[in-house]
Amino acid sequence: MDDARVARRGLSPRLWLAGGWLVLALLATIFAPLIAPQDPLAQDLMLERLPPFWLDGAEPGYWLGTDSLGRDLLSRLIFGGRIAFIVAFAAATSACLLGSALGLIAGYFGGWADRIISRVVDVWMAFPPVLFAILLVAVLGTGLSSVILAIAIIDWTRFCRVIRAEAMSQARMDYVESARIAGYGRIGIMLREVLPNVLPSVVALLSLEMGIAVIVEAILSFVNLSISTDDPTWGGIIAEGRLSIHQAWWVLVFPLITLILTVLSFSQFGEALKARFDPVLR
Amino acid sequence: MSVCLDIRGLSAELPNGQRVLRSVSLSVQPGEVRALVGESGAGKTMIGKAVLGVLPKSVRIVEGDMLIEGEDLGRLDAKARRTLIGARTALIPQDPLTALNPSRRIGPQMTDRLVRILGWRGERADTRIRQLLDEVQIRDPERVLKSYPHELSGGMRQRVLIAAAFAAEPRLIVADEPTTALDVTVQKQILRLIAQLQRDHGTAILFVTHDLGVVAKISQKVSVLYAGKVVEEAETAQLFAAPQHPYTRALIAATPRYTDPYASLKPVDESVLAGLTAEIAAADKDWRPGHG
Repeated sequence: MDDARVARRGLSPRLWLAGGWLVLALLATIFAPLIAPQDPLAQDLMLERLPPFWLDGAEPGYWLGTDSLGRDLLSRLIFGGRIAFIVAFAAATSACLLGSALGLIAGYFGGWADRIISRVVDVWMAFPPVLFAILLVAVLGTGLSSVILAIAIIDWTRFCRVIRAEAMSQARMDYVESARIAGYGRIGIMLREVLPNVLPSVVALLSLEMGIAVIVEAILSFVNLSISTDDPTWGGIIAEGRLSIHQAWWVLVFPLITLILTVLSFSQFGEALKARFDPVLR
Repeated sequence: MSVCLDIRGLSAELPNGQRVLRSVSLSVQPGEVRALVGESGAGKTMIGKAVLGVLPKSVRIVEGDMLIEGEDLGRLDAKARRTLIGARTALIPQDPLTALNPSRRIGPQMTDRLVRILGWRGERADTRIRQLLDEVQIRDPERVLKSYPHELSGGMRQRVLIAAAFAAEPRLIVADEPTTALDVTVQKQILRLIAQLQRDHGTAILFVTHDLGVVAKISQKVSVLYAGKVVEEAETAQLFAAPQHPYTRALIAATPRYTDPYASLKPVDESVLAGLTAEIAAADKDWRPGHG
């Protein structure tokens, strides 16, 4: 009991730090038009490659400097976060629902359902995910919904595999047997006895997947396969920053830091949530 | 009154044709406690699972009938069978640690059976559950009902499971080694509780155990099982007074005694085992694997 409490206290700062960053970033993107100091699309060649505020030559109002077209980097990061978060939530949730449902069915029912679903997962995972994503977007056409769809189509297998394994071990538990003896149906048992026990893993994976979706979206926009080229995206800014790394390192470094912090926060947040959700650890 | 549980010539086998139950026949009268003893792997749990309709998928019943209060399980369709088993039977499981769902509170877990079998909900179910918790001598039902399983001790959990088993007034309870996972002092209390509730409710129990001491305390009749075959069946008092089968004699002799634990620890004699092997072989002589 004491160990559990120590562990919980140890987890809390992690939850607060990661959650704090995510809430901050999320609020900033939601209220982007109010918060962003400049128009993210406004170009001004007189203000090109301004350094961040603490360096010589910085201009007030351009806190993180500007890129080679004179656009404000901070504003672009904030607006780029919109795409990142929309993709993160929509794609991860879709992948989660699809993968968890199939995993639950495969793990709990076993037999033919399991054999078919597991073979599909095996085949799916034979494709390298990033290549698969690029291929899918190339076929579906660029645009926000294509990116979301592509990520969901590729990454449901992550959920499916983990949830299947957990549902399998749940199906062997005595309380599942007792529910069957009492006369409960299979689907009822799956939802009532099995689902609550795999939920902590679903939540952890969901959060982790949001981080992955942010990366995949960045990769796609890095290779110019995400949404229209005008709107700022983190991947797009990184791609531009790469070209001017020697003249303006900040255009590459700040979006990278933002990306890494966000992805890390999602995964840490998920882990901490899992511990919170688990009644034995709670 | 009809026989509570009647098993006639039940045989079951694994996919490879190996028999796990060999023409098992036994009956349990209403309100009677029938012990099923044997060593690990003798098939005693298998019989319990067969009655409750939760045999593992790999085990197939190839012969025999099971009747619960005169109703032949084999003649019912799957749904009617489930309903019958649900209404007339219950299980007291072996391991209280895995028999309660860790992510659900005790209260709703206990009312599940009442909802399903009797259609009782809300206050009616709640009153019933509290009454049962009182019968198993849980003094703070408020706390227990709101607890998660990990917040209770093993003994408390087993009490909860016993209360849940009796809650919907089944005619027959299968108790699958309900005291094995508990320590000795708690074992005694739990055994006393089961006996008490059994008498008060007039429920028949099929009591699966490997512990002859438990058998002597709780049961009226005993079936001794070896390799899925009933080798001896008798009234409990008679079995201990005058065991007929050499295996039964060896089992009784092998029970440790407090007065002299080491000297009394005798493994079953080689000649007895040889005799059993011959008996099993004879029973299997005209058995064609996979028939039926």
